[in-house]
Amino acid sequence: MNNQPTTHRIHPHKFTLWMAIGSICMMFAGLTSAYIVKRNQDNFLEFDLPIIFWLSTIVIILSSVTMHLALKAYKARKTNKFKMFITATAALGALFAAMQAVGFLDLENHGIPLIGFKSNAAASFILVILGVHALHVLGGVVALVITFVKALFKKTNQYNNIPVEVLSTYWHFVGILWIYLLVFLIWLR
Amino acid sequence: MSNAAVLHSNIGTMHDDHSAHHEHHHQETFINKYVFSQDHKMIAKQFLITGMVWALIGGFLSVLFRMQLGFPEESFPWLEDLLGKWWAAGGRITAQGYYALVTTHGTVLVFFVLTAGLSGTFANFLIPLQIGARDMASPFMNMLSYWFFFAAGVIMLASIFVQTGPFSGGWTAYPPLSALGDASPGSKTGMDMWIISMALFVVSSLLGGLNYIATILNMRTKGMSMTRMPLTIWALLFTAILGVLSFPVLLSGFILLIFDRNFGTSFYLSDIFLASTNTALPNEGGSAILFQHLFWFLGHPEVYIIMLPAMGMVSEIISINSRKPIFGYLAMVGSLFAIATLAFLVWAHHMFVTGLNPFLGSIFALLTLLIALPSSIKVFNWLTTLWRGNIRLTPGMLFAIGFVSMFISGGLTGIWVGNATLDIHLHDTYFVIAHFHLVMGVASMFGMFAGVYHWFPKMYGRHMNNTLAYIHFWITLIGAYLIFWPMHYQGLAGMPRRYYDYSIWESFKQFSELNRFISIVVFITFIAQLLFLINFFYSIWKGRKATNLNPYGANTLEWTTPINPGHGNWPGEIPEVHRWAYDYGKDGKDFITQTTPVGEEESTEHH
Ligand code: HEM
Ligand SMILES: [Cu+2]
Repeated sequence: MNNQPTTHRIHPHKFTLWMAIGSICMMFAGLTSAYIVKRNQDNFLEFDLPIIFWLSTIVIILSSVTMHLALKAYKARKTNKFKMFITATAALGALFAAMQAVGFLDLENHGIPLIGFKSNAAASFILVILGVHALHVLGGVVALVITFVKALFKKTNQYNNIPVEVLSTYWHFVGILWIYLLVFLIWLR
Repeated sequence: MSNAAVLHSNIGTMHDDHSAHHEHHHQETFINKYVFSQDHKMIAKQFLITGMVWALIGGFLSVLFRMQLGFPEESFPWLEDLLGKWWAAGGRITAQGYYALVTTHGTVLVFFVLTAGLSGTFANFLIPLQIGARDMASPFMNMLSYWFFFAAGVIMLASIFVQTGPFSGGWTAYPPLSALGDASPGSKTGMDMWIISMALFVVSSLLGGLNYIATILNMRTKGMSMTRMPLTIWALLFTAILGVLSFPVLLSGFILLIFDRNFGTSFYLSDIFLASTNTALPNEGGSAILFQHLFWFLGHPEVYIIMLPAMGMVSEIISINSRKPIFGYLAMVGSLFAIATLAFLVWAHHMFVTGLNPFLGSIFALLTLLIALPSSIKVFNWLTTLWRGNIRLTPGMLFAIGFVSMFISGGLTGIWVGNATLDIHLHDTYFVIAHFHLVMGVASMFGMFAGVYHWFPKMYGRHMNNTLAYIHFWITLIGAYLIFWPMHYQGLAGMPRRYYDYSIWESFKQFSELNRFISIVVFITFIAQLLFLINFFYSIWKGRKATNLNPYGANTLEWTTPINPGHGNWPGEIPEVHRWAYDYGKDGKDFITQTTPVGEEESTEHH
């Protein structure tokens, strides 16, 4: 579908993505409001977030930049550049998820168990909320890899911007979601 | 180019039953036509038939537990032969069996029958046909939605057969029963499977819902503005929005539950004492109420997810069969919107007795009672549509009117339980059972029956048998009232729900005759449902062939397709729409289809 005449309606797949984003937001709204309810009850442990969560923030912001560049390259039909940036984005995404995992271990090592009977809900929430978020990032990584492989084996000369645009919107979304979660957790210690 | 052309250029335009050789088209094999089909009409039928299987199972479970409630002293040796010792030792339903039956009945009917079976079927079937699209925005996601539902069903079904039985803590799955394996037999493997099944179900609903919304908002044919959409489509749109926004919250509640169950966290669990192990739990500080908040934030919208599709179909069927425009179209849309919005603001009315702050309780009571407004607008409009109509009592129409009757009966008691002060007495009694079975259970079942009877010719190109349908209707209507009406009195007398045996209870001994009566009506009504099943399956192959493209003289687009539409729905171009769907009896014409251009002489209201 190369030369589509301009249409005023948003592409259905993009629209579906926005709805899905709304849906994911509701899930995190559920988790974070559960956190608020819990925090207002007794016995809610207070502790500092590991430094690595700050570093992972930098990583995910960087990945948003590379994603943006990848989309730009794609639109300019610069395939090699596109492949490079999409690889970088996927790698940064994977690195982000790994850093979150290191953060969990860090808490455990400082005597703040996340699971098990000795755990406090305050810590378990970190695992659940950040864990579910990291899964969403990893889902994006899988999509990036698929896009990359598709670009690798592309035979025709036809380009369709939609899948890449959808992916990039999703990627920026998980980045913004992370920043919201970080601010939320710092605010409500 | 329209969205439809962008997405479905590969569907090809059509393959009629008779135009066997269509060159440019992919080969249709049995597998991709009947199993992994991406045709919305086939997926709708898959949802419908799977839903019917579940309705049969869920209904049969209620027959079993009504045997216990109606005949607590008797034993039926054949029951043990049929179900085995775990369920019916000595021919009497066991206590653990009873709770397993009630829980599975509730879960299956609420989620598998009245959510997937109802909106899965009719959203899939009607959305593309009535808005003029060749298929859904993403036929592939649509197919996935069905198969996730199927997988959820397989796991739920399997859970019935595990050694420790299926989950038995009620369809609401409150902790600690749902969080602690040691709490009851059903809390072990049965609950693991319940939660996996429900998680798959949530995924299925989300995939379906996203698709329905995207399709309705983006794929309408030329001329089909939002205000020209049939009310079915409006209702299905709001249903999908409710689902997409509330199911993820349930999922987050489930995730925390999984952590408490499997990883020793204390979201819901605290240091409660367990009789079965004779120790206190090591957990600290968890709150079971937290789960209730997360559950009912979905749970209440869920009851409207069940209700709205039925409302939409009933509006459509009543208008067609009264040969009159629907009364107050915009008010109907507005009230759907109001109901959908309020649905998110009332969840705590299920929690009036949890120690909720009474001030908060009064706010939730107020918001809850507000729902009565849009609800009564709808009832008023259905009645005024019927008023002095040229009424045709087709089976679909009878069930639609039956729906209105049930909705009124059950809705009125909503006003009782919505008052926090009254609810303190009525909560967890048979009064609540009566309320929600009439307003949601039976009413939505009626909506579903109405839809099936009405759209059957479009689904299968044949007609169902009317005589059987009438017998089915009257037995079901009378049966439903005889079953649920008396429960109001039991509830007012304080009879609590979810007990295994009331005969040993001095205050409720007086009801043993009544309980027996209710149970007998349950058996009869259940058997009457078999008439429907027989009629349905017989008619698919042997029913009277439909010869008329538009058997009801209806205005909507689905009746402009061939009698057996292929994938792509319309052989040629998708028709253009020139007016709303409710021009019945206008300017002396019996009906004017949506595809008829507006005439020069025509009176001007509503296009
Ligand atoms: C005027 C409208 C309605 C009002 C004011 C209302 C109010 C209530 C209240 C306050 C309860 C909680 C009672 C208790 O547990 O003590 C309740 C229970 C329930 N209602 Fe309604 N309701 C209304 C309409 C509906 C509709 C339309 C449906 C379904 C489509 C529905 C389905 C249910 C269900 C399933 C329950 C019980 C859930 C359970 O505890 O297992 N209600 N209703
Ligand atoms: Cu409710």
